[in-house]
Amino acid sequence: MSLLALSDITIRYSRLTAVREVSFSMTEGEILFITGPNGAGKSSLLRAIAGVTPVAAGKIQLAGQDITGQAPENIARLGLSMVPEGREVFGSLTIEENLLVGTGMQARDRTSRARTASDLEAVYMTFPILKDRRNGQAGLLSGGQQQMLVIGRALMTNPRLIAIDEPSLGLAPNITDQVYERLIALQAQRQLTLLIVEQSSARAMMVGGRMILMRGGQIVLDGDARTLGSGEAIQAAYFGYEDH
Amino acid sequence: MLQTLFDALSLGSLYALGALGIALIFGVMRLVNFAHGDVIAFCVFALLWPSTDAMAIVFAGQLPWYLLVPFVLLCGAGLSVLCEIVVFRRFRNANPATMMIASFALGFVIRYFLLMLYSSRPKSISLLPALSQPIEIFGARLPLLQLITIVATMAILIGLTLFLRQTRFGLEMRAAAENFSMARMLGVRANRVIMGAFALSGALAGAIALIFGSQTGTVDIQMGASIMLMAFIATVIGGLGSLGGAVLAGFLLGAASVVMQVALPVDARPFRDAFVYGAVILVLLFRPQGLIAARGTKERV
Repeated sequence: MSLLALSDITIRYSRLTAVREVSFSMTEGEILFITGPNGAGKSSLLRAIAGVTPVAAGKIQLAGQDITGQAPENIARLGLSMVPEGREVFGSLTIEENLLVGTGMQARDRTSRARTASDLEAVYMTFPILKDRRNGQAGLLSGGQQQMLVIGRALMTNPRLIAIDEPSLGLAPNITDQVYERLIALQAQRQLTLLIVEQSSARAMMVGGRMILMRGGQIVLDGDARTLGSGEAIQAAYFGYEDH
Repeated sequence: MLQTLFDALSLGSLYALGALGIALIFGVMRLVNFAHGDVIAFCVFALLWPSTDAMAIVFAGQLPWYLLVPFVLLCGAGLSVLCEIVVFRRFRNANPATMMIASFALGFVIRYFLLMLYSSRPKSISLLPALSQPIEIFGARLPLLQLITIVATMAILIGLTLFLRQTRFGLEMRAAAENFSMARMLGVRANRVIMGAFALSGALAGAIALIFGSQTGTVDIQMGASIMLMAFIATVIGGLGSLGGAVLAGFLLGAASVVMQVALPVDARPFRDAFVYGAVILVLLFRPQGLIAARGTKERV
């Protein structure tokens, strides 16, 4: 059974249709990139899955449950962890507090408290810089460090699916490389299911996994990122060239 | 000198507590709650039995202090939460101006409800009379009430800080105040946090009602509105949504009022408030974002 299934999702902002009858599903342990140019509807789709943007039509299922129109906090409680565009760290909170915000979903008994502590340790192992500055204000971290913080924050909720919107946004290319390196290592190590929105399909082809290419609110390509046609076919789909 | 300091601190306490009540709610839902003053008035009236007679019929006001204080705090919290459930919840996604107008309207509803039950005549009550006894500290004669006001405010501020810093609920409230939508995406329950903020804010209104009621010895429909204006100004000067800023600005306003009362030439004293508001304009000209800008409202880079 698929972990996430979208069927015929349409998203409208007043009269503008941002996403038109999009359907796809993903299975546990999969890495799925959604790529496409600006305005393709990638972020709208992700925000709809997280419950922050309303869906005009269609159905979204997470682990077999219908989550269409559910409140974001309820979707989070069903196992979706969202890393939104622009990272959105809680700048006035400390780094450790940022990591702990999402752990309120767990029961408050001794075992889950011990689990939170060991989760925290695991995140600190992966991102030692966060441990060094655990009591510092999160707003003072650099962009790359903030990106690591929000990935750590997402991990802390032990999600079934992590959705990340443009992790490379505003980061230097070598920092982006580092972020992806950690992310992919984590994925392999923990069997994470990752849904990543990126503008450039080059990153998806580099990392591998499955790739969906969107343009004008619709899916134009769906397949293995590495073998998805030649570079030219991708380019044509991306920019919408006609054959000539 | 010492007298002036205590006057400033006790007046500042009232403003600070008021500003905090407004800032708490603004933080979680960007609502400037103009009904806050009327919640204060409601709490004072809750001490009296409903009657339009000129004589006040004391009802809860007779309780011993250890019952009186929780009773008034609960009245404030209860009414405030009720306002959230009945009114503000419907405006959750409305723009801030709409919410503000709704809070104005709600304030009037509460005020006229009180008017209906109690008539508009101010009534005198003696609330906790033992507190008006003067005591002597370092050669200055101070009403015991003033001292208790200051101590109680400090205790409330410390308690609230500890609550926000050390508890799970406090963490969720701070996260929600900074970025409500992100907090929800991390499973923070929106309704719980907002109701918590309203309950806290209402309890603060109750605390103000107790202090103000025992200071003035009168009960008046307008009494909430007068503090509310200063408290609102304090939240703006402090940086809307910043709790520390609201408290700081509340004390500064209290101090400014008292110092001007003492320092202005006798002829100018009746116009004290004009000078205070003049200072407010100056502060806002130089720091339009407030003394301590709240993070959530700051422009993103």
